[in-house]
Amino acid sequence: MGSVAAQRPDQKSHRQSVPRPALVRVGALLLAVLVVAGCAGTRRVSSYQYDWNIFFESVFRPSPMIVNGIWLTVSIAIVAQIIGVVLGVFAALGRMAKSLPFKLVANFYIWLFRGTPLLVQISFIYFGLGVTKLYAWPTLDILGVSIPGAIQAGIFALGVNEGAYMAEIVRAGIISIDLGQMEAAKSLGMTYALGMRRIVLPQAARVIVPPLGNEFNNMLKNTSLLVAIAVTELYVTFSYLNGSGPTSFHPFELFLAAAVWYLVLTTIWTVIQAWIESKLGKGTGRQEQIGLWDRLTGFRLGASSAGLGQAH
Amino acid sequence: MIEIPHDLLAAIGGVPKPPTEVVIQATDVNKWFGRLHVLKDVSMTVKRQEVVVIIGASGSGKTTFIRCVNHLEKIQSGRIFVNGHLIGYREANGKLVEDKESNIAKQRQEIGMVFQRFNLFPHKTALENIIEAPVQVRKTPSAEATDMGKALLARVGLAAKADVYPSQLSGGQQQRVAIARALAMKPALMLFDEPTSALDPEMIGEVLEVMKELAREGMTMIVVTHEMGFAREVADRVLMMDEGQIIEEGTPEHFFTSPQHERTKSFLSKIL
Repeated sequence: MGSVAAQRPDQKSHRQSVPRPALVRVGALLLAVLVVAGCAGTRRVSSYQYDWNIFFESVFRPSPMIVNGIWLTVSIAIVAQIIGVVLGVFAALGRMAKSLPFKLVANFYIWLFRGTPLLVQISFIYFGLGVTKLYAWPTLDILGVSIPGAIQAGIFALGVNEGAYMAEIVRAGIISIDLGQMEAAKSLGMTYALGMRRIVLPQAARVIVPPLGNEFNNMLKNTSLLVAIAVTELYVTFSYLNGSGPTSFHPFELFLAAAVWYLVLTTIWTVIQAWIESKLGKGTGRQEQIGLWDRLTGFRLGASSAGLGQAH
Repeated sequence: MIEIPHDLLAAIGGVPKPPTEVVIQATDVNKWFGRLHVLKDVSMTVKRQEVVVIIGASGSGKTTFIRCVNHLEKIQSGRIFVNGHLIGYREANGKLVEDKESNIAKQRQEIGMVFQRFNLFPHKTALENIIEAPVQVRKTPSAEATDMGKALLARVGLAAKADVYPSQLSGGQQQRVAIARALAMKPALMLFDEPTSALDPEMIGEVLEVMKELAREGMTMIVVTHEMGFAREVADRVLMMDEGQIIEEGTPEHFFTSPQHERTKSFLSKIL
């Protein structure tokens, strides 16, 4: 991420000469990748037949199958992340609790799910629990939508795994808040739970959101591990297109298109995260925001006034 | 002594402060931080509408003591009663057992506290700081709480700052908002923990002014402070603490004119 150093007004004119719209830059980057790829292809005298139509079709006119894969990836990631955040808050509070049983349960949970690979957890939860009938993951109808067991298992595994990581992020956020805040809340007659919910956690959120952004970015991509239990999310869809039908054996174009789609999703999230951070910044006196372009690239070329909004 | 009817006294404007109603009664309070004995058999009473100032060097236990009064600190022995209720504990077979959290929270609603470092909620505006507890704890309707909050802000001279965040206020203004926040719960007494120690000198006066006004209105107060001018003007009694004990007690005049204890004399010579 870009530096948060104060923006100096004398640099503004220089910055404005740089073209702003992120799309232009992303386009240029993509073009460069294609040119390099093209050169590499001609030099090595490969017999591979490029079919750029497959790439452009997949990106600009995605088939219902691809759209379904994207939709699955996004919805699984969102639900799993929400589960992760909720579990993370409780695990963090459990770790900080005075009562030993709470502490032990929280520590065991974090130890277990951070200490084993996500892929193993996914397979164990779906196949392991399924085959032994400990939980067979039957299809569930929720609000008229039929959700197959594999998707449920995938969401569950990703969410529970995420909670173990979120726990430490939430804990870091909570301990960053001055103890006087909880004391003030208590002195006004609030219980620990109310003070936590109304006073401490909203302030901790400001500290939690940047690493949470990393986590959700990872989550969007980690959904591809659900290939292990054949959930037809984005990666599996493109993998399938590469394996059969008219697009079979075009891994270069297909997986490049898949990568573009993941980039689109993570880019959209970056924008949303910036908006959330500007909302949470109120009252901190830290109004300066990192510009969108800076966020996307990690460079501080553009001005930071990318319209992300001031809190007030 | 001749009994004068109370309403007759009131008619001639001579009603004294109700002298007998005890708000705080502390007896033989002991507290240890690990092996450090910070409060040694501290006993004191505060009557309704009384203003008691506690002075003493840092580390003498004065802050710790008032934090015990609303159970922000645990005590190891002794009793503290506020309005007749044992604070923070219940007695079981003659032993002190910490009370349920919800009971402690309820007791604290009656005890306002103002901190040295203000401890305003930085993510809430001045007005939101004030109405947070009335709305969330007392379940006051938010429109009603807002009216009350604005009145309280006006009372501490900050009517124009309702929608401003604490980071945009000066230290003195923050402390006045903090006082208004504590008053919003309509407490029976107010505890002030060195309310002006973190302030620049030119801001001390505005905070003391608000506190004097409160005292004149009859609020029961315990004030830990080094501001002897404030003590002289509004305190009914001054307590001197040293090494966890109350070593001297008297009127402000007593402390100005004839302090007895050597420690008191040397302490006063440093701060006056």
